[in-house]
Amino acid sequence: MYSSPPPTPFFNIADITLWTLDPMLKKRDDFEDMLEERRNSSDLRYALKCYTPVLYKGLTPCKVSELKQMVLQSDQLGYVITQVSKEKGVTSDEVTGEAAAILEEMAQRLQLSTVRFFAFTLSKVFKTLFRSICINEEGLQRLQQAIHNHPVVLLPSHRSYMDFLLMSYILYTYDLALPVIAAGMDFMGMKVVGEMLRMSGAFFIRRSFGGDKLYWAVFSEYVKIMLKNGYAPVEFFLEGTRSRTAKSLTPKLGLLNIVMDPFLKGEVFDISLVPVSISYERTLEEALYARELLGVPKPKESTSGLFKARKILSEDYGSIHVYFGQPVSVRSLAESRVNRSQFNLIPRHIPTRPSEEILSFVNDSAYRLVRAQEENMVLKPWVLLAFVLLQKQAAEEKQGTALDELTEQAVWLRDLSRQYGAFLHWPDHIPPSEVVSSSLSLHRGLVRISEGRAVVILSCASYRNQALNVFIRPALLASAIHTAASNRKQEIYNSFSFLRNMFSNEFILCPGATVQDFEEACYLLVKTGTLQINQQEVLITERGHRTLAFLTSVLDPFLQGYQVVCRFLCEQDGLTEKQFIPAVRKFIIKHLLTGRLRYTEVLSSDLQKNALAALIRLGAVQKIKGNNYCFNVFPSEARNRGL
Amino acid sequence: TFKSNPKKQEIMKWNGWGYSDSKFLYNKKGQAEFTGKRYRLSGMIIPGLREWMESTFSANLQHKTPAAPILNSSAVQPPTLNEAFLKELKSTGIPFSHDAEDRVFRSHGHCLHEIFALREGKIGRVPDLVVWPNCHNDVVKIVELACKHNVCLIPYGGGTSVSSALECPPEETRSIVSLDTSQMNRILWIDEKNLTAHVEAGIVGQDLERLLNESGYCTGHEPDSMEFSSLGGWVATRASGMKKNIYGNIEDLVVHIKMVTPRGVIEKSCQGPRMSTGPDVHHFIMGSEGTLGVVTEVTMKIRPMPEYQKYGSVVFPNFEMGVACLREVARQRCAPASIRLMDNEQFKFGHALKPQVSSIFTSFLDGLKKFYITKFKGFDPNRLCVATLLFEGDREKVLQHEKQVYDIAAKFGGLAAGEDNGQRGYMLTFVIAYLRDLGMDYYVIGESFETSMPWDRVLDICRNVKARIVRECKDKGVQFPPLSTCRVTQTYDAGACVYFYFAFNYRGLSDPVHVYEQVEHAAREEILANGGSLSHHHGVGKLRKEWMRESISSVGMGMLKSVKDYVDPNNIFGNRNLL
Repeated sequence: MYSSPPPTPFFNIADITLWTLDPMLKKRDDFEDMLEERRNSSDLRYALKCYTPVLYKGLTPCKVSELKQMVLQSDQLGYVITQVSKEKGVTSDEVTGEAAAILEEMAQRLQLSTVRFFAFTLSKVFKTLFRSICINEEGLQRLQQAIHNHPVVLLPSHRSYMDFLLMSYILYTYDLALPVIAAGMDFMGMKVVGEMLRMSGAFFIRRSFGGDKLYWAVFSEYVKIMLKNGYAPVEFFLEGTRSRTAKSLTPKLGLLNIVMDPFLKGEVFDISLVPVSISYERTLEEALYARELLGVPKPKESTSGLFKARKILSEDYGSIHVYFGQPVSVRSLAESRVNRSQFNLIPRHIPTRPSEEILSFVNDSAYRLVRAQEENMVLKPWVLLAFVLLQKQAAEEKQGTALDELTEQAVWLRDLSRQYGAFLHWPDHIPPSEVVSSSLSLHRGLVRISEGRAVVILSCASYRNQALNVFIRPALLASAIHTAASNRKQEIYNSFSFLRNMFSNEFILCPGATVQDFEEACYLLVKTGTLQINQQEVLITERGHRTLAFLTSVLDPFLQGYQVVCRFLCEQDGLTEKQFIPAVRKFIIKHLLTGRLRYTEVLSSDLQKNALAALIRLGAVQKIKGNNYCFNVFPSEARNRGL
Repeated sequence: TFKSNPKKQEIMKWNGWGYSDSKFLYNKKGQAEFTGKRYRLSGMIIPGLREWMESTFSANLQHKTPAAPILNSSAVQPPTLNEAFLKELKSTGIPFSHDAEDRVFRSHGHCLHEIFALREGKIGRVPDLVVWPNCHNDVVKIVELACKHNVCLIPYGGGTSVSSALECPPEETRSIVSLDTSQMNRILWIDEKNLTAHVEAGIVGQDLERLLNESGYCTGHEPDSMEFSSLGGWVATRASGMKKNIYGNIEDLVVHIKMVTPRGVIEKSCQGPRMSTGPDVHHFIMGSEGTLGVVTEVTMKIRPMPEYQKYGSVVFPNFEMGVACLREVARQRCAPASIRLMDNEQFKFGHALKPQVSSIFTSFLDGLKKFYITKFKGFDPNRLCVATLLFEGDREKVLQHEKQVYDIAAKFGGLAAGEDNGQRGYMLTFVIAYLRDLGMDYYVIGESFETSMPWDRVLDICRNVKARIVRECKDKGVQFPPLSTCRVTQTYDAGACVYFYFAFNYRGLSDPVHVYEQVEHAAREEILANGGSLSHHHGVGKLRKEWMRESISSVGMGMLKSVKDYVDPNNIFGNRNLL
């Protein structure tokens, strides 16, 4: 079996402070629709309005060109330039030139006129596409305060290309400082648009620059200087890329590490990290994502592609909710976690590899921030309907579902998710049946789910995924109870811990927080009357069965998916990384057609990749470096591991 | 048989700073005034102080917190006397006392919590006996008797400690004897060939300078406390003087030390200017904070008195430019005798302490200067900061030196701001300590603390520590924004010394001293986290002991401990400082 440290000391429900665990007690702000004013007043006047945001109190205003000079003249970069010039045997002038070119390619050129242009155009576009864009204005007030006091990092969730334009649009509308945004180089493929984005504050980073010291130095120094000087809030996506599945992605640590560094090295008093949750009732990329997950390649970003995509303008994408979360102080995150004096003995301009302590601190912080994003994601009734519909589809109830039944199940799920702390936007003043039918009409393209078309099912799954974070811990517990050999608490914990470990590439589950997650799950299930837990045992209550059945079925597609991937790998004698996805897809299709597999969504390449990554992490599959990557499978071991 | 008044409390405050005749107060008209005749500011009205205090602290003359006027002897615990020790001490003829006032006076330094408690009339553990040795041999006898009868000895010099070093450990059960060195205050000889003077360690700074001046010499060692602090105290804490750029710190000035320890007397056999004889044993003594023995005699370097002195000042547009200038001055190794840089808040504070000007002409000139700097040169009055300078040496060189420094300053946007401002800055050094007592009369408590750091961290530490103080005050429930300010007071090749001043109005707090201590603790944590030192010259005492291990490593602690164990195995010098 696997080894894991025993949960120490075994928790006692009464000891857990309620307010940290009870999601019902979370306070959230109200929303205002920012499009309402746009519909009632001139967009032109709005685009030309007087814009005087509150700036950082320690700001010494500087131009874009001065900013570049500061980077090129910094001690940090100077040190790396000398190093690189010695290593490569070229003059430091040449290396400096190289650095200047990198900076040129990277740097933003924020210009108010371009922002005004976007403000005008986006107003028109948004009004056509969306019914409303709802913002928590209190969050914006907190943000304004934070911008005044400390350098600010904005961390929006990433579900759509829309995200960063939307962010700048909101900040412009509310007279807040415009951010500079870390964007992927792929945008630069769109010539005119790329330059326009640059002028609205985007700076561009190559997707991979692993060993390039000079690139790294220019990049990190550029970000740090903008941040430290309070030039503008720095915005980037913790998840690194758009999530195609609407599940949050495992956070990337590189940029977070860079923006925390000035605090850790004492160069600023504090830094505020502001998680922002952007929830789309319908993402523009809905069908695109599903196809991508099924192996249809993502179209290259191009200006002409953008024009072709304008047909989406004729559709209704419902509403967007943007929630600006509570600013998180890096100082308080680091308090009693990081010993800052570790930087005392080396000049701070010499780049050093972050210590284990720092890495684990940044990692934990990243998970915390992604969870903060997840918690404030607004869920629409449709998300709950997606749960019900998908479960029905898998159960092969081909003849469709009666509206009454659907409504009953949706209402039951509504109440459950509320108890688990979901941020649900369910209009309580409207009869549930109307809520359900109006949701169905917005997503009419997806409702014919029973036909079992893969694109439709994956799109549907991505809606369901929006609420997975609400159920994931209870679902893991439910499955653990289901699979454990007895109802002894220790045994259930062990299988919980195993499942959690298995799925930590799939869901946001912070490494090392198994005990907390277990406690949280137990707390929720006990509180809602699903379980009773005493010293030794976990007992299911009379009315708990329905909840447990639901929770187990939440995790079931993933469990089955991972099992299929395991079965596939067991039949192989090693294969290259490139071959993996097409081969496993073929294997899965075969299983689906023969009816041995019920879940069409297992076709998602995201799940397949995550499963493989988990198996490599757990040591069941080995990656061998050779001419090409090979996976060496240890089938017996995979079987031993309960798969 | 006393050579100088052993009853210092007759001319000095028992529950505040300095001379009894000198203090700030608000007169009947509500104007601030400094009493007495000792200082340049004495007898003058300070018109701006009240407004500054009211606006900085939201203090109010209606809300007074007066100190207990006299010491209530019944509040003092009766002495625990070691009769056998006392009996033998009597036979030596060395004067002693167990009078309550004498004991209380030697039971404390000048930390906020110590003075605050005295003002409230609260007396904790105090020494049981005070002895006044007259010479080195007296000290040898006292230490021998203390060892024989297992009595705890705490050396006492000027009593200006700000590290809780003089506090009696409450857990000490033995009889505690305060060994007051004030009677050992002679210059034993002056050696003009080698430019050294051999001095008894109880001499107080201002007396040492005055006596040497009579012979045309000086040591040039001028810590801010020099009116009251003693030579032995300087050695025991590794003191630093304002003019160290010319004369050096105490470790540079000392040629020979004699110290009486429970193991016997430690001293070197010659007065060579430098030796390679293993680790320098002087460095076990310097900074030992009274834990190893009593320093009785010191041979110090002396210098002919400077021919010419000139003050100066420079205004910078902001603190960053000022620090950059000081760094450049240090890089070129052309620092004047003293160079200090005040931040904006301190500049304003210095301004508030300007005495009433007698002539319209002076005030007109002041107005003109202000106009020139803020309007003509465009300095922001809320950002500008001031450096004060002191040059010393022969006239021609001083003028040359002065030009060099002002030229550097100009490169960093600095404008010469006159001799007067400089001189007033240094004069304030001595009266500023009196100001805390005034604050304490009106619900304002505060203190200063210092650190040292490499040049590249000066700005970061100044910013972060000031901000930390403000944040901690807010978190701890202080109702009014605190004063949180700093100045760079010394420059070195590789770094600088920075002083922080912090004070707040404590109305509405039930335990202000505790809050104060928590904030100071947090500020020190911030200093250490940002690469500052535990102390530049105040020492560790008991106040900063908890950070010693992380400061000097476990092995370093072990080294110091093993010295203590060898020199004083029975912990006769039991003030429990440092380790």
